[in-house]
Order: sequence, then structure tokens, then C-alpha cells
Amino acid sequence: MRLRMIAAGLALAMAAGCAPAQSGSTGEGGDERTGTLRVWLFDEANRNPKENVVNEAIAEFEAAHGGVTVDVQWVPVESRADKFAGAFNDPSNAPDVAEFGNTDLPGYVEAGAFADLTTEVEGWKSGADLLPDVLDTATVDGKVYGIPWFTGIRALYYRTDVFAELGLEPPATLAELTGTARAVRQARPDMYGISVGGQYVYAMLPFLWASGGELARQEGDGWTSALNSPEARQGVAAFAELIAADICPPEQCANLTGTQSVQAFTGGKAAMTIGGDFNRKAVEEAGLDGKYAVVPLPGTEPGSIAPAFAGGNLLGVFGASERRGLAVEFAQLLASPGYQAKMYAAMGNLPTLASVQRELAGSDPFLTPFVETMSAGTRFVPATPAWSKIDAQGVLPTAVQRIATGEQPVAEALENAAQQMNDAFAG
Amino acid sequence: MATRELVPAPAPVAVPPSRRPRRGRRDGHPAALYLAPAAVLLLGVLAYPIYQLVVISLYDYGQAEAAGNAPLVFLGLDNYAELLARTQFWVVLAKTIGFAAVCVVGSLFLGTALAVLASRVRAVPRMLLFLAALGAWATPAVAGSYVWLFLFDADFGLVNEVLAGIGFEAMAGHSWTFGTYSAFGLVALEVIWCSFPFVLVTMYAGIKGIPDEVIEAASLDGGSWPRIATSVILPMLRPLLLIATIQSIIWDFKVFTQIYVMTNGGGVAGRNLVLNVYAYQQAFAGQEYGRGAAIGVVMTLILLSVTALYVRSQRRSVEPT
Repeated sequence: MRLRMIAAGLALAMAAGCAPAQSGSTGEGGDERTGTLRVWLFDEANRNPKENVVNEAIAEFEAAHGGVTVDVQWVPVESRADKFAGAFNDPSNAPDVAEFGNTDLPGYVEAGAFADLTTEVEGWKSGADLLPDVLDTATVDGKVYGIPWFTGIRALYYRTDVFAELGLEPPATLAELTGTARAVRQARPDMYGISVGGQYVYAMLPFLWASGGELARQEGDGWTSALNSPEARQGVAAFAELIAADICPPEQCANLTGTQSVQAFTGGKAAMTIGGDFNRKAVEEAGLDGKYAVVPLPGTEPGSIAPAFAGGNLLGVFGASERRGLAVEFAQLLASPGYQAKMYAAMGNLPTLASVQRELAGSDPFLTPFVETMSAGTRFVPATPAWSKIDAQGVLPTAVQRIATGEQPVAEALENAAQQMNDAFAG
Repeated sequence: MATRELVPAPAPVAVPPSRRPRRGRRDGHPAALYLAPAAVLLLGVLAYPIYQLVVISLYDYGQAEAAGNAPLVFLGLDNYAELLARTQFWVVLAKTIGFAAVCVVGSLFLGTALAVLASRVRAVPRMLLFLAALGAWATPAVAGSYVWLFLFDADFGLVNEVLAGIGFEAMAGHSWTFGTYSAFGLVALEVIWCSFPFVLVTMYAGIKGIPDEVIEAASLDGGSWPRIATSVILPMLRPLLLIATIQSIIWDFKVFTQIYVMTNGGGVAGRNLVLNVYAYQQAFAGQEYGRGAAIGVVMTLILLSVTALYVRSQRRSVEPT
């Protein structure tokens, strides 16, 4: 019965040439100066400090703009895809301002939802103070689609007590890192030398970049995967070497995500991990205060720093917004030096403005390794909508896991991954 | 259900073959009227979505197309051709069928065995059994998956601790979710755990519905217990067993949450992927709705044909009795 219905439906679709629903392309928007400004911000595990800072900004904004109320909705990070897809498909329900992750940007731009803010960012008084590497993560095809609000940088966390007990020094190169991790596990078989996981792509990327590899190269309009280059092979192999019985056994580590890798460190199971500035609170709440230190993840040469992934969140303005001017002003206020400093105090989010970063690093030594990593130069994933596809399909984790478990040799695993990436680039 | 099965038993002898079509003609219009509300509902909630699914599967339909920012491109059957040409799809399909088969057999066996047990114990142990089963049934899939993960955690799990405690030292720190079969097995246990209560309740109701007289008569005729169980009780339970089996096939073929949560989204290097998680990972997370819809249509067709085959085989084996 249902089969027949499907057949009938199929025939009907063919015959009538019916097409799936498309929402009309986004409206032109407007520039009203009063009314309700709708804002979407990400919910956090502990939202109160963030909410307090945002409420302060709202009070200041509403006082400066008569007849304007700001309505904030908290969007859970895990369900953001549905929420944003809904806003793209139905512009009348979209907010004016939204916070979003910079890796999601190219996909959002392809959907045509966010307004081009290039001139607004250039004209903004803090615009020139934005770190260039960070501004790059808000840029697609030369146009800026968001104001960088904060950034997340990863560095090497290690246990000072364990290192002192075993007479170890923080590693100066990536090769040394592997040796140090091995030495720890040999002396303390109950610990992982370093906790990293097969699904922890942002820990793998610095290894790839440090050895001169790249994820993909842009050639004209298209992208081509560079995972099968000798440099990339060397970098990925060096990372996969950490997921081994004598450092972080594949049985436990092959499937760890970034969060789980850091959890192993906070749980006292690991002597090192690659963690972000945003992991500080979790590490200290776990009782490791005074027992850990952070250094930049070293590169291949002594004294060098492995290029880190420039993660972070942007504030974008929806193209369909009826209050474009207000929306830009509110985003600029949240990203202004004063509120970036407040957000750092509240959430530990690393600022995107060079001046604020310098100031904070001077007063808080915890930030030094992260700021050093940033000034050594950071890298980003290919700025194409295909990246979210590659990410969702787990192309890189699968390759790392195949290498770490010995299922496939390095060259073969990366050749397969490169093939999948190219499929995604081809659309 | 079970009692209805008793009535038509003498029918093949007593009823002339011409009766059926006559009844059909007489009852046709009222029957159609009675079925109309259900038909309208089914059209709305079943036929239309399936129709949309099929239409979407014929297009290159991503986020940009849905938002009206890119022109629609009609692909015909390209999404299907591409899907069927992928080796990984066939590997995942085979694993899904194997995994679902284990879950179906496991939950049917466990549910039926416990239903028999429940029908033979006193009220208090029976109530405890039902409470435990309903607890498992009522547990949300995500919560249940995490509880099982905690129990079988490599470092802090109760299971490893107990195993190590009773002398299996090698089990300390053993990872249950690493090996392909071990991970599938663990997830299958969780799926069986949360789906056997349905079988238990259904089969218990079926067993209770069998009149005592029938069993008494069978034992008066000298039937042994195994004989009564296989020749009297089981045939009378067949309609219920059929429903429980079809439900289980459909549920277990579509398992998503348990695999997604317990194997971190498909296991190491994707070796624990099942079709639903594969569709999500390949298509929906990457906003390739067209390709995802194609996987959805293929899944629907597989489920429909499996169910149809099963119903048909059951009908055939029931009718001659």
C-alpha cells in the first residue's frame, strides 16, 4: 500500500516536475532606529557570568538608544545547526545579531543570510586593532561577515608535579614531546604520557602545519586537498604516533574528542594535554591548581611554536534585519575593548583586539603562552562551505584512527581522506 | 487477539468459498467511511512526508538551496547512483542488518522468556519484574546509553571493577567500546535492555489471554509441557509475536541514539556506523539534504520489503492450520 503510494508520489513528482520547497531569497532589510533588537548568543555550561556582562552591555545600549529594547535568546551550541537553518529558511523569524563559530561561517555565507560588514568593520574605531589572523577567520572571498568577539587558542598543558618528580623538562620540539610522553608512561604506567584523541582534530592540525603540511590549497575558484603531500603525511603520522600503547593506548584514546582529552587530564589520568585558554576553569576546578603549567605547543625546531588553529566566535548581522544600524552598533559594543576585557574576566575568553590582549597578558601570566602562540601566527581551516561537510563526515578523525589502529598505513589513509575532501570540495 | 484466532479455526471447513467477496461488497462503503479519518491522517503524516522525501532525493538540495540562495538542480537518480556506488554504504548496510538481527532476536527471546516467567510466578516477584522492565522501558535512550557507558567505562566502570575484583585482573582498564564486535555487542545489549519490555508486556498479555480450558484440554489429552508450549501456546501467540517482531525490526534497524552516544558517533574510524547514523553523518550534519533523503528512501524501501516478506511468510504458515 505504502509502496504504491511512493510509486504514485514518484510518478507525480516526475510528471508535475514538482520541486522541493525553497524560501524566498532574503529580504533587503531596513534601518529602523527603534523597536526590539533580537540577539542570539550561545548558551554556556555556566552562563551566569556571560549573561551578567551581556546584561550590562544591554543596559548601556538601551540607555544610549531611546525606544530600543534588546531581546537575547540563548542558543544551545549542540542544536545551533537546526536553529540557524530555521532562521535562514524563514528570515522573518531570524534575529538581528547572532553569535556563531568561525568554522560555520562559509556555510552561513553560502546560505546568504549574513550581511557584508566590511565597511562597518573598517570604519569602526577598534577595527584596526583586530588581530589580522583573527579577522581572516571572519572573511570569505575578501568580505568580512562578522566581528570577531573572542578567540580560542590551544597550547600544551602539563603537570608540573609529575614533571618535577620524574625530572622532566617541558618539550622544546614536537619530536621531544613524543619522547617526553613516552618517558612519563614508562615511569607512571597508570598515566597517559599525553591525552589526545583520534577525534581531536584541533590538536592534530598544529602537527600538520608545523611540519609544513596543509589541509587544502585554493586554486582559482576551487579547493584541492593537500593531505596527501609528504609534509602532511609526516605531520599526521607524528600526531598518530601519540595514540600508541606506550603513550596513549588506542583502546582508550583512539576515539577521544577534544573535551574528553582534556577531561582525562583534569581527571589526573594524563601528564600532558593540548587544551585551550577556555579550559582553565575546568582544570583548576579539578584541583590541579598549582600543579600544572602551560607552554606554547612547540614546533619542529627548538624555539619555534607550532601554528595553532584560530578558533573563535563572531558576531554577525542578519541581512534581513530591519534594524541594521542598531544591530551593527550593538555587535560593536559587545566587541569593544571594555566588554572584551569584561568577557575575559567572566568567561576566560581570549580577546580579539591586540591592545586588550597585551594589557591582559601583562596582568595575568596564565595568558602569556596563548598570546605567544597567537603572535607566532595561527592558521585556519579552508574557508569554504565544504569544510563543515568534511568536518561532519569525520574525514580527518577517520584517517587518524585508521593510522593509529594500524588499519591502514599513513599514505593510504591520507590518500582516502584527500579523496573524500576533494569529493566535498566538488560539491 | 488470541481469542479471535480461536474463532475462525473451523472456518475453512464450514464456510463456502463464495462468502468472502460477498461480504466485501456489502461492507465496502461503511468500511471505507470508517477508514476515512485514518486515511486522511495517514495521508497527512505519512504519505506527504514520504512524497517530500522522494522529491528532495531527486535534487541537489543543501542549505543554500533550502534558503533560496542557490538555484535548484534536478539530479534525477544521481543521488541514488552515487550512494549505491559507494563501498562504505554496503558495508554499513550489512553491519546494520547484522546488528538489527541480533537486537531483534535478543529482545524477542528475552522478552518472551521473561513473559513466560512472569506468567508462572507469584504476584510480588511478578510486580518487581514488571517494575524493573518498565523502568528500563521508560528510561530515555540518551540517559540509558550514558548509564551503560558509565557501567562499562574502561577506568571507572563498575563492570571492570567487579571483573577485576573477582580475579579477572586483565579486565582492569579494558575498553569495551574499542573493538568492532565488542562495541556493537555493548550497544546491542543496551538496545535489547530498553526494547525487551515491549515484548514482555505484549507476550504476557498474550499468554494471559489464552483460556485455561485450552491448556487443560491439551494436558488431559496427554500433551507434555514442551509439546503444549510449541503446539498450543506458541501458535496462539503467533499474531502477537508477529507484531512484536515487526516492531522490533523497524526499531532496531533505525537505531540512532545508542550508537551515536555510546560509540562517539560511529566508533573508531567509523567501524560501528549503522545506516541511520551514516545518513546523519554523511548528509544531514553536512547539510546535504538531497543525499540524506536518498538514504532515507532506501531505508524505507528496505524496511517495507522486509516487513512485507515477513508478514507474508507468517500468513502462509498460519493459514493451513
